Amino acid sequence: MKRRVLPGLPLALGVTLVYAGVIVVLPLAALIFKAASLGPEDYWRIVSSERAFASYRVTVLCALAATVFNLVFGLALAWVLVRYRFPGRRLIDALVDLPFALPTAVAGIALTTLFATNGWFGAPLSAIGIKVAYTPLGIIVAMSFTSLPFIVRTVQPVLEELDPALEEAGQTLGASDLSVFRRVILPLLAPALLAGISLSFARSLGEFGAVIFIAGNKPFETEITALLTFIRLEEYDYPASAAIASVMLITAFVMLAATNLMQARALRYTARG
Amino acid sequence: MKIRLDTVVKTFETFRAVHGVSLEIGSGELVALLGPSGSGKTTILRMVAGLEYADAGAIYFGEENATDIPVRERGVGFVFQHYALFPHMTVAENIAFGMKVSRVKRSPQVIKARVRELLDLVQLGGLGERFPGQISGGQRQRVALARALAVDPRVLLLDEPFGALDANVRRDLRRWLRKVHDELGITTIFVTHDQEEALDLADRVVILDKGQIVQEGTPEEVCRNPANAFVVNFLGDANRLDAEIRDGKAFVQDVAFPAAGIADGGGQILFRPADVSWREDGQGIAARILRVIDRPDSRRVLAVTAAGQPVEFDTAPEFSHRKGEAGFLDIRRPRVYAAA
Repeated sequence: MKRRVLPGLPLALGVTLVYAGVIVVLPLAALIFKAASLGPEDYWRIVSSERAFASYRVTVLCALAATVFNLVFGLALAWVLVRYRFPGRRLIDALVDLPFALPTAVAGIALTTLFATNGWFGAPLSAIGIKVAYTPLGIIVAMSFTSLPFIVRTVQPVLEELDPALEEAGQTLGASDLSVFRRVILPLLAPALLAGISLSFARSLGEFGAVIFIAGNKPFETEITALLTFIRLEEYDYPASAAIASVMLITAFVMLAATNLMQARALRYTARG
Repeated sequence: MKIRLDTVVKTFETFRAVHGVSLEIGSGELVALLGPSGSGKTTILRMVAGLEYADAGAIYFGEENATDIPVRERGVGFVFQHYALFPHMTVAENIAFGMKVSRVKRSPQVIKARVRELLDLVQLGGLGERFPGQISGGQRQRVALARALAVDPRVLLLDEPFGALDANVRRDLRRWLRKVHDELGITTIFVTHDQEEALDLADRVVILDKGQIVQEGTPEEVCRNPANAFVVNFLGDANRLDAEIRDGKAFVQDVAFPAAGIADGGGQILFRPADVSWREDGQGIAARILRVIDRPDSRRVLAVTAAGQPVEFDTAPEFSHRKGEAGFLDIRRPRVYAAA
């Protein structure tokens, strides 16, 4: 067998597998197991109930909106951080990670205070008729806040590696700025963007702490799926809770699988042949 | 297309890259901008391309003032030092890029035919479907050239085109580029810090130092009549000895060299390693051998003059003198300049 630089592969492999099994797979298996304890009819009744359905709609639509917002804003932020040198750049760069470091409940309370109708942002916004706190808009704000770093941090290193000569080459060949962006920059960023989008979207789907403070949590209107799971849990209705959670789990799984496939396609050109 | 630069100036935040450079390049000419790093040669090339704007002065393409024409409308073909091929596009897609984004609409068949023609021109027929990551450096360079030529540029600009390649590939590509240029007759400017490359390839060489033109001329002119000590040094190995100029003669120790037209005072003489003979009969500048280095076709001798200045010179492989021996340097074709 080839000698390896790092010793103890069997040990490391063992630890990794046990860890993955106990921490990741076991709880998920327990969840599926619990959900499966319901008969197919009960399961279907619970996951397709009107209230559950409304919660999926709110969660998915808000997560989509937050992801689209972060896609645009996060890409712009990453671009500015990589391509421009200005005073305070490092501070902003550090601030990007803040949503990761901040307890999400704190973020939720802070955002609620800001966007409440008497808050710093909420007051002027409500004066022009836009209500944020306790509406789906508030959910979108909370989701965007907690998932912003994903897009910035996945795109930033790729942008840093992007040779400015590629853009110049596009220009000398007669391409407009838009054309250079669309045909050269975007395809090269696509794999990183996809990864960022899927992480950001997954995080938004599952976000709980930040959202429940600002959402208002009115069933059928501003109740997210994660909260519904929690409510069922508090009612000691574990199978129902597990059933609803399994829907989220499956959604996240399908989405990650799909983005992985798309990423492989976008990175075709790196394959050596 | 004739190109003319009229006292072009470019200053970057920290330093002045180009100080009032004026230059004329004839239609169909192949010109080398030659200089050490920081001499402003790449900045000049980028200004001609429109990738950099001149702070003052003007650039003309033919009779048209091109100074403010944006890069994408300037109609230049630019080959970047590290090729800058689009990694996510195949070789054929790279070459077709300029035609696809052009305002002049071309049918897919026309584009395909032109790509094939260019692939043949750069001798890469059959590699169209590869990605840039799957071909060699020399092949990438040729793809970059084909891509630049695809849009029928008015001028072809090459930035250190062979800098990243190894010596053999470099020499082959150089000769090949000259052939392509002669076939197409397109006005071409290339930047290099390699004097051999410039002399080998160009019709005319423009030598730059510290943002200014030091000398321009055919390879023969700059080699036979270098304008100053910088040019002598930059074009090849050269020895330099301090001299004293008196009455139109330059004296090194007691040996006199003709120095007509140079004011009395401090001076310097420069000469090539091949222009020195070792003598033992007292004629020439007294020196002592420090070391002899063997080469396949010659021996290089490292010596030091009585005044303590180093001199290197080449001798036949039969040269039999050794380290420590004293003798005299007989110098041919010396170039005398006032002290720097």
